[in-house]
Amino acid sequence: MSDIADRVKKIVVEHLGVDGEKVVEGASFIDDLGADSLDTVELVMAFEEEFGVEIPDTAAETILTVGDAVKFLEANK
Amino acid sequence: MVTPLGGNVDVTWKKILEGKSGANKVADFKVDDLACQIACQIPRGASSDGHFNPDDWMDVKEQRKVDDFIVYAMAAADQAMADSGYKAETYDQQVRSGVLIGSGIGGLQGIEQGAHLLAEKGPRRISPFFIPGRLINLAGGYVSIRHGLKGPNHAVVTACSTGAHAIGDASRLIAFGDADVMVAGGAESPVCRLALAGFAACRALSTGYNDEPERGSRPYDKGRDGFVMGEGAGVVVLEEYEHAVKRGARIYAEVIGYGLSGDAYHITAPSSDGDGAYRCMEAALNRAGISPADIDYVNAHGTSTPLGDEIELGAVTRLAGEHASKLTMSSTKSSIGHLLGAAGAVEAIFSVLAIRDSVAPPTINLDDPSVETEIDLVPHKPKSLDINVALSNSFGFGGTNASLVFRKVAA
Repeated sequence: MSDIADRVKKIVVEHLGVDGEKVVEGASFIDDLGADSLDTVELVMAFEEEFGVEIPDTAAETILTVGDAVKFLEANK
Repeated sequence: MVTPLGGNVDVTWKKILEGKSGANKVADFKVDDLACQIACQIPRGASSDGHFNPDDWMDVKEQRKVDDFIVYAMAAADQAMADSGYKAETYDQQVRSGVLIGSGIGGLQGIEQGAHLLAEKGPRRISPFFIPGRLINLAGGYVSIRHGLKGPNHAVVTACSTGAHAIGDASRLIAFGDADVMVAGGAESPVCRLALAGFAACRALSTGYNDEPERGSRPYDKGRDGFVMGEGAGVVVLEEYEHAVKRGARIYAEVIGYGLSGDAYHITAPSSDGDGAYRCMEAALNRAGISPADIDYVNAHGTSTPLGDEIELGAVTRLAGEHASKLTMSSTKSSIGHLLGAAGAVEAIFSVLAIRDSVAPPTINLDDPSVETEIDLVPHKPKSLDINVALSNSFGFGGTNASLVFRKVAA
């Protein structure tokens, strides 16, 4: 896993209180990791803070899985 | 119940009867520039030691989203539901079961932190949980979700009368047929710099006992100089009488009276003639259909403020008339401080326990009463007393008053 993927995984584990093993590339925040719509807003905020980027709402709406987040952050670092 | 004396009812009541104080010098934030540096804070630690462990009551991930008053409410509601043995399992039971939990201020700590975050880092750093984690009615909201309570979902905000109004209003919802069961009470987590500064500015807090916190809350005593702020939650399960009997519930007491009144006088000071307090108690007795001579014990509002204590004492004396010399009244705020929106609920529970155990809890630190009275204020040590009827008073900023009357249920 890349450095970005590791950092994303850590944030997801912390914020959603889930087992690290479940945080795989294809895992959906809502369907697989038990997040609700407010949790996903907070996750995006945490990514912004960790990576020092701004994720516009239109982009945030497309980040549905762990892999989506890693891809976006790798492209926008 | 979660209080500055412990994480549950049993340990709190035991320490109340032992005359313990829950006050301490605040150590978790800067206080050296505050006029009042003491508070009654919940002892955190292992539940097995009688302390409060928030992780026992709410997932750590959920705790991060809410202010402490919601965590306290969840703990108190879980305890009350477990003790009642009632579960709203079927849909029909759920829609007949409601919640009415209030708070005086709500999530002040989180609002204080949120304002700092907004100023320092801007609006994009404000969490989506900022609002739902601070709103007063979210204590009841969380409780309703956990216990499947789909009936009336209501909250009270009447400052220091909140807990009493919540129990009184909930009992009326049952009496009016809106629900069979109501989970009712109050919760408060006010101990932060903003609240200590604000209440001190109102000249409501004790400032002369910063070096001996356990002596700070001293209702009726000559040396009193304001209340000591406390935190916690009290929640009860109220149930329609026949509904409770039918399922073989353990009934601690019956809510037989509830009175409300307004001072229409001053935003923080009680009306000097005690008229509001008097009418409130009178209304509760009228509702109960009993006379002042029927009251065995009064759990006073008695906050330890120079003005309020004597005004309440005067109103109770006037109400009791010739019965005053036989009346017993104490303030448990001497032990746990003033829990603001939770006070009325916690004190309702103390009143009911006083009935159950035939004992009036003490007013600790009452070394030298500031006025002479025929009423027994139960200084220092509890008093054995057969209590059939107990009255609990709560009075709040804004001139809002509530009195509850509880009666022992014939065995």
